[in-house]
Amino acid sequence: MFYAASAGLALYAFWLLLSGHFEAFLLSAGAASALAVAWLSHRMDLIDREGHPVHLGPRALLYWPWLLAEIVRSAWDVSRIIVHPRLPISPTLVRFRPSQRTDLGRVILANSITLTPGTITIEASAEEFLVHALTEAGADALATGDMDRRVTGFEGSP
Amino acid sequence: MTAFLDALSWVFLASGGLFCVIGAVGLLRMPDIYTRVHAASVLDTLGAGLILLGLLLQAGLGLVAAKLLVIGLLIFFASPTATHALAKAAWTHGLEPMATSRRSRP
Repeated sequence: MFYAASAGLALYAFWLLLSGHFEAFLLSAGAASALAVAWLSHRMDLIDREGHPVHLGPRALLYWPWLLAEIVRSAWDVSRIIVHPRLPISPTLVRFRPSQRTDLGRVILANSITLTPGTITIEASAEEFLVHALTEAGADALATGDMDRRVTGFEGSP
Repeated sequence: MTAFLDALSWVFLASGGLFCVIGAVGLLRMPDIYTRVHAASVLDTLGAGLILLGLLLQAGLGLVAAKLLVIGLLIFFASPTATHALAKAAWTHGLEPMATSRRSRP
């Protein structure tokens, strides 16, 4: 119930944002649409901890800034490689076993790896992640498992 | 203050544009599909991010700024998903990456 209510509120906020009109008719039309969509998604069993992971909210405030710093740093590194006259790349494949307990956690890890320039997740399953890194240094940084541990902490208990 | 914000926003816009150019150059210079995708990810992180930041400063507080943030959020979730789909499609079709070495962590 809490997840359905939160999804309805988020939908309504999104509707208000896109509409930008604050008249009584449009406000109530938006509320009705948000309610209808929240109810339909609830009936279709789409709203659960995986489909609408609002419980991650507070911890996201810790994880996202760290991820943002990682993204900026590695984007800078990749840019320097691109403009370097000799193009010093050393493509490396990394295989490792992720430590997350839920699908949601593994999706967060896979997306975080791909979002960071210089590393792409090629395959992501519960047993094994296959990651392509642009440089050996990037592969080594990934192999320390720092990001993996942070995502597992971010994911919390299942 | 407005002049300062304006200048700052143009610094963000110009550097965002610069990173977009770097990403495009990388796309051309890299040797195979996997390494090219790495170059493209500079575009949709620093390039798009800095341009959005510059536009945010131009927009000021309001609905437009909120919409720009939603666009940023969309890129934040959609771009890694698309990149992963591309890399996985190349992998399943048997395109060998020119990897010089392999690592694994138990």
